[in-house]
Amino acid sequence: MNDLTPEREERSANLKGLGCSRKRVEDARFTQGKGNYVDDLKMPGMLHGDFVRSPYAHARVVSVNKDAALALDGVVAVLTAEDLAPLNLHWMPTLAGDKQMVLADGKVLFQGQEVAFVVARDRYVAADAVELVEVEYEELPVLTDPFESLKSDVVLREDLAGQTTGPHGPRKHHNHIFTWEQGDETATNQVMDSADVVVEESMYYHRTHPCPLETCGCVASMDKVNGKLTLWGTFQAPHVVRTVASMLSGIEEHNIRVISPDIGGGFGNKVGVYPGYICSIVASIVTGQPVKWVEDRMENLMATAFARDYWMTGKIAATKEGKITGLHCQVTADHGGFDACADPTKFPAGFMNICTGSYDIPVAYLAVDGVYTNKAPGGVSYRCSFRVTEAVYFIERMIEVLAIELDMDSAELRRINFIRKEQFPYQSALGWEYDSGDYHTAWDKALKTVDYDGLRKEQAERVAAFKRGETRTLMGIGLSFFTEIVGAGPVKNCDILGMGMFDSCEIRIHPTGSAIARLGTISQGQGHATTFAQILASEIGIPADSITIEEGDTDTAPYGLGTYGSRSTPVAGAAAAMAGRKIRAKAQMIAAYLLEVHDDDVEFDVDRFVVKGVPERFKTMKDIAYAAYNQAIPGLEPGLEAVSYYDPPNMTYPFGAYVCVMDIDVDTGVPDIRRFYALDDCGTRINPMIIEGQVHGGLTEALAVALGQEIAYDKMGNVKNATLMDFFLPTAWEVPNFETDHTVTPSPHHPIGAKGVGESPHVGGVPCFSNAVQDAFRAFGLRHTNMPHDHWRIWQTANDLGLHE
Amino acid sequence: MIPAAFDYYRPKDVEGVLALLQEHGDDARVMAGGHSLIPMMKFRMAEVPHLIDLQDIAALRGITIDGDTITIGAMVSQHELINHDGLSAAAPILRETALQIADPQVRYMGTVGGNIANGDPGNDMPGLMQCLDAQIELLGPEGSRVVAARDYFEAAYMTDREDDEILISVSFAVPAGGYAYEKQKRKIGDYATAAAAVQITKVGGKVATASIAMTNLSDVPVWSLGAADALVGTACEAGALKAAVAAMLGDIDPTEDNRGPVAFKRHVAGIILTRAITRAWDRA
Ligand SMILES: Cc1cc2nc3c(=O)[nH]c(=O)nc-3n(C[C@H](O)[C@H](O)[C@H](O)COP(=O)(O)OP(=O)(O)OC[C@H]3O[C@@H](n4cnc5c(N)ncnc54)[C@H](O)[C@@H]3O)c2cc1C
Repeated sequence: MNDLTPEREERSANLKGLGCSRKRVEDARFTQGKGNYVDDLKMPGMLHGDFVRSPYAHARVVSVNKDAALALDGVVAVLTAEDLAPLNLHWMPTLAGDKQMVLADGKVLFQGQEVAFVVARDRYVAADAVELVEVEYEELPVLTDPFESLKSDVVLREDLAGQTTGPHGPRKHHNHIFTWEQGDETATNQVMDSADVVVEESMYYHRTHPCPLETCGCVASMDKVNGKLTLWGTFQAPHVVRTVASMLSGIEEHNIRVISPDIGGGFGNKVGVYPGYICSIVASIVTGQPVKWVEDRMENLMATAFARDYWMTGKIAATKEGKITGLHCQVTADHGGFDACADPTKFPAGFMNICTGSYDIPVAYLAVDGVYTNKAPGGVSYRCSFRVTEAVYFIERMIEVLAIELDMDSAELRRINFIRKEQFPYQSALGWEYDSGDYHTAWDKALKTVDYDGLRKEQAERVAAFKRGETRTLMGIGLSFFTEIVGAGPVKNCDILGMGMFDSCEIRIHPTGSAIARLGTISQGQGHATTFAQILASEIGIPADSITIEEGDTDTAPYGLGTYGSRSTPVAGAAAAMAGRKIRAKAQMIAAYLLEVHDDDVEFDVDRFVVKGVPERFKTMKDIAYAAYNQAIPGLEPGLEAVSYYDPPNMTYPFGAYVCVMDIDVDTGVPDIRRFYALDDCGTRINPMIIEGQVHGGLTEALAVALGQEIAYDKMGNVKNATLMDFFLPTAWEVPNFETDHTVTPSPHHPIGAKGVGESPHVGGVPCFSNAVQDAFRAFGLRHTNMPHDHWRIWQTANDLGLHE
Repeated sequence: MIPAAFDYYRPKDVEGVLALLQEHGDDARVMAGGHSLIPMMKFRMAEVPHLIDLQDIAALRGITIDGDTITIGAMVSQHELINHDGLSAAAPILRETALQIADPQVRYMGTVGGNIANGDPGNDMPGLMQCLDAQIELLGPEGSRVVAARDYFEAAYMTDREDDEILISVSFAVPAGGYAYEKQKRKIGDYATAAAAVQITKVGGKVATASIAMTNLSDVPVWSLGAADALVGTACEAGALKAAVAAMLGDIDPTEDNRGPVAFKRHVAGIILTRAITRAWDRA
């Protein structure tokens, strides 16, 4: 029955199910400019909000004078903390268990902080009125360096004065937030003390920003007649927003409807709850009119969630032969003025404890200290699962540094330390259970494809030519092997504000055999409407083209935790498969009834149930759907619907092997990427074309971060690069051709074996680009230099090594 | 990024423009392609209550090549510079430069006149015009006058042009010999980290004349007579290149910004100039 006869193959192809490079159904509207984004919403009587923001990074707010602004024709209201205080909305809880000012309550803690919210009849008047609000500040000493902050007498968070314990344990200093420890410190130190070789390296993973093309925004509309609040917004987790909005406002949850329309990229930036949402809701409640707030590009870069900003010091111990025996990692994490990191509650440093990487490291210890500074709050997972880019960058740099110390080839060093195929499921020293992997196969395939040995030979020749004065370019070979940890996550240890991180899918099959499925996630460009339909097509035998996928409306979709951390396929995708199986189980009973045989005598065959051994006796899913609605079937309810809430038993662990070949102009610091090869193993591949698109996008953002994208502050706490002139957003011009490849190691615990892929290329790409730059200078004694590797920093590296005569 | 309110005018001729400038004084400003001015208005760094659009003024358009003289109207776009066959043949350095300005979208809008009048040290046309010894025609209430590009730029965003004058055109002699415009930038759409415009003529295997100007390495474009002189009479061998670079480094005065510190910019300026001279010499 299972062999694919041509006839079966054709029926299977018609479904466009798993493995089909089906064209994205979303693209027709996006490519024609027919998407519907928050800022496209226009409603009768809609008002516009805009923020007065602090020009200072740390200052007392002495007074706010609204008179001139209120006098401007068209201004409806100007809200300050004083106005929000009676509603207890001048502060809001953060996802990290801290609280954050909605509007400046006596002081400001970062440049760009929200001080007052102007509401006006149109967007232009709102912007004019912002200029008319007079705020008197008294400047305070500015702390932009977390190490200084931990030593300083200056108290950033006066509201926490005297609190020696925070939501994540003891606080060591008034600017300290938490210490998060994982692993065995004593055992790790013992290994360090007795190891053949120990290398220590400090590295800074600079602050950057997800910078989605569409900035954050919302429209809040309070209907005073029926008491219902509708909130459209750029939310990566609409259901959680509804729950939080209900808890904060006291409006019962059934009276709140949150809708995420089309979203123009999120990359973690749209997970958090921002003051703009709260202010818009309050303004709508006060005025009884819809209120729109959409931040501009500078506001987005300055004030809504940043990513990274981790100061990491590693120690890695190994035998003379290169077998790693222990790893020690100490992180000082700059969280800015409020701890608004978007991590599962019990993980204040996200999954940083995946920092043992793809290697079999027997003992390890990780300590992360979160610190307040005068920088914007955030700390989101920019195109990665929680802090996984930091972890993978850390270990992939430590591997390179160890290879340098041992005078070994770093590809070989990786190979001898990989977790072996037969060790899965693998218990890591820092507490994770890796589900499946075959690292050696992937690595060998990658190195063979790029002719690694040939590249090293060419590189050696280039170094020799450089030393002879025949060339001024050097060649870097960047390697990285990464293991992601995605699909958060099991409810037993993963929650956000108390909500377990399950996800959901609800399916309705219509009488004529088409269907609608709704999920608790929300696409921001990932193509959910395409891929989820493919999962269902294979599960229930209805063509993907006949299945509508809907997400993002909390009144219609089942509760879910949203889309970030590559969790949609691992969690909601699993829920879709499980809901599909429930449909199939009922369909089997209907088919058996129609075919007048016992339930066990029919079996599923692509798009139908057939009587076992009698393939010409069958009922298609279309027949079955119709029967579900027009026949009285004894013992069965009419209709064909199912819902599944899926609590994943474990995370999934996608992995990959990347190689980058780069030529570097030593005199100008300009890198030229000659080749980039990316092998991804994301388990079962649902839509290879979408996977390829995701890999291209993730690599592009990895290139950005590694080669120039940053949010930098001067000593006064001014953001130095809050426009796209300085903030590096690569275009087709800067991006090289990417070669993609794959192996397939399914997840053993996921219903269809899929692991998630949206973020892998970013996680693996950043260290790969960085390693390529650094590798180019290895022959001249470079051990480590920090990203971003923009022209002047690469030039500086060459200059420091004495390469400019 | 919402500009303050402004009144919008679209006169049909230069007289109309002059009249509006007279009437509103400091409160009025002309707009060419708008790709420097509109961003400044959106940042509210420029407040322009009366905005005078030059798009409808035919007299400011067109490229003419009349014998030995090339004249480019102020409203000629960077896109037109790239696609004008006659100009590309007569003065290929314009095309080479324009292709390194921003991206196609910006080049459709950005004009030669706006790029020069703006007085932004990051703009590429000013250095090029100095290299070509262009003459800038201005028209004001007192009539028209001509200023040499080498005398035009006073400081960042400050030029010899009076507020009530409009830039009409630039003209220069058809350049002879080899040329190069070399520019280092961080990404597409970025202003130069360092850029060099070079024209060289060759007689008997030696440099007969040279002209060199640098972009974004001071608060004004830098025409370096010393650098050019260092090349004259040489065959652009290593020693001559070094001398030219040394002379140029004496004339520039870069400041630190997000593109990098001063030492880096000075080093890159030397490399970029060396490459520009080498390419121009090869083409001479
Ligand atoms: C993303 C981006 C990247 C860019 N990159 C580069 C680059 O790499 N190199 C580069 O050189 N430029 C660059 N530019 C600038 C672009 O070339 C501008 O268009 C140009 O500098 C100004 O030309 P404009 O026609 O747009 O002038 P506008 O913006 O309209 O005007 C600029 C100024 O000149 C004045 N002005 C304009 N025309 C006249 C006139 N005829 N008489 C008197 N005053 C006048 C205006 O009043 C205004 O003060 C970039 C712009 C953008 C948006």
